Amino acid sequence: MLDIQKIRADFPILSEKIRGKQLVYLDNGASTQKPKVLIEAEQYFYEHQYANIHRGVHYLSQIGTDLYEASRKTVQQFINAKHDHEIIFTKGTTNSINLVAYTFGRKFIQARDEIVVTEMEHHSNIVPWQILCEEKGCILKVIPLQKDGTILLEDAARLITSKTKLVSVVYVSNALGTINPIQELIALAHSKGAKIMIDAAQAIQHIPIDVQALDCDLLAFSAHKLYGPTGVGILYGKEDILNAMPPFEGGGDMIENVSFAKTTFNALPFKFEAGTPHISGCISMSVAIKYIQDLGLQKIMEYEHSLLEYATERLNAINGLTIYGTAKDKSSVISFLLEGIHPYDVGVLLDNQGIAIRTGHHCAQPVMEYFNIPGTCRASFALYNTKEEVDVLVEGILRAKKMLS
Amino acid sequence: MATINDIQDEIIEDFSIYEDWTDKYEYLIDFGKSLSILDEKYKTEETRINGCQSKVWLYAEKQADKVVFFADSDAIITKGIVGLLVKVLSGHTPEEIAESDLYFIDKIGLKEHLSPTRANGLVSMIKKIKTYGVAFQAIN
Ligand SMILES: Cc1ncc(COP(=O)(O)O)c(C=O)c1O
Repeated sequence: MLDIQKIRADFPILSEKIRGKQLVYLDNGASTQKPKVLIEAEQYFYEHQYANIHRGVHYLSQIGTDLYEASRKTVQQFINAKHDHEIIFTKGTTNSINLVAYTFGRKFIQARDEIVVTEMEHHSNIVPWQILCEEKGCILKVIPLQKDGTILLEDAARLITSKTKLVSVVYVSNALGTINPIQELIALAHSKGAKIMIDAAQAIQHIPIDVQALDCDLLAFSAHKLYGPTGVGILYGKEDILNAMPPFEGGGDMIENVSFAKTTFNALPFKFEAGTPHISGCISMSVAIKYIQDLGLQKIMEYEHSLLEYATERLNAINGLTIYGTAKDKSSVISFLLEGIHPYDVGVLLDNQGIAIRTGHHCAQPVMEYFNIPGTCRASFALYNTKEEVDVLVEGILRAKKMLS
Repeated sequence: MATINDIQDEIIEDFSIYEDWTDKYEYLIDFGKSLSILDEKYKTEETRINGCQSKVWLYAEKQADKVVFFADSDAIITKGIVGLLVKVLSGHTPEEIAESDLYFIDKIGLKEHLSPTRANGLVSMIKKIKTYGVAFQAIN
């Protein structure tokens, strides 16, 4: 069992008062709060260990480089990648997906080739492909949504064909909470000779991921949704695929040798890490990962699931409340609307009660279009949330509803 | 005829008796509900205010030398807020509107809605309403 009160004490911000009220932070889908160990690690690094990495012979540069590379190993082990050079530090999920679109996409996807996504993708996993399609004349195919916020494997099997070069799908939908059957999607893609990328932005903090067991080709996530720093993300890729991909940005660190006659590129992972990275963030990310590993992601998942079930039951009992996304396999996200009430109004009134949720389209406008709604209110849970907070949310919704009707 | 500042002062006084956020928002909600609904034909791309999470429309027309505004939103709090802007600025000359200093927003505690990233886009609403003022000035 997780000791939630002890965990809460590890996150200083959770004891903040907002407008005189105890903060209830339920916007973890947008970003998670940071444990004290991470904040302290960043401070310690800047106070005692900071220098640029991979460049100096001096003591501090060596320490920084060692910590940076050790962090890469922590990430490798966290997702069970085969090699540490399959872990590329990026700026975040968005950056990781764009990297793949610009490199893999430019090199391996040609006119009339197809890329397959789902209708529940975050804009980050739509727009890079649209830009590529515009440039290359390739075609974006969309696996349609069902009423419960899932996709059908029959549809996937129909849309993933020998024309498909890449399937890029979200593991957990940030707008609906749906957990997609990625194991099956990976098998489907491979059976047609396509590569598959997983957007794990909303999965990595909730579900244990083993990239070798999954056998996915590429996988992206952000540190900031994983209790880690902003400005850092990961692109995992199988060694042979990353090796075959051309570099993304050109610059320092990504080269082997530069001359005006011919420049040669560095080996993995440096080939994709041009310029000075977010050093402190890349390092402190491993502190966040270790924090989660110490608690146990399996236990976290079970606890969050019990929260989700409790919240679903309590919210469903509110008259006139509809939950969007009712898949059997769901992660800790509840998207909902009150009948006849705009989600923005609910968000403002909850905010005044110290309750932080997100309202709007959650960067998934096609999902809103599918349900023909202006947006939703979204409560998203993390390991430090409690049933008592769910109760506060329910009270808050009832109060907002009363004021608005 | 009340000046823009007279109306602002009146609103500030109305709000001054409210002790907590509930009263303030109840006022905005009630005010939003009391406002008439903008006819669908005025809800166009031209009258739509971008940068808001909810849909907001602001329509203006010249009546004699005054500009008259009509606003609507699909979110009721937003409608209350844009309604206050309309209440303050409607029925004044383009010059008065373009040059007005909307100090009431800060005074009634709506300033938090002013941050440019704030999803209700009060900044966009003010910009739009002032643009109308300037545009009607140019037509003169
Ligand atoms: C499913 C999904 N994909 C991609 C992203 C983009 O992540 P980031 O903004 O960290 O690049 C998010 C974050 O909102 C997300 O939820």
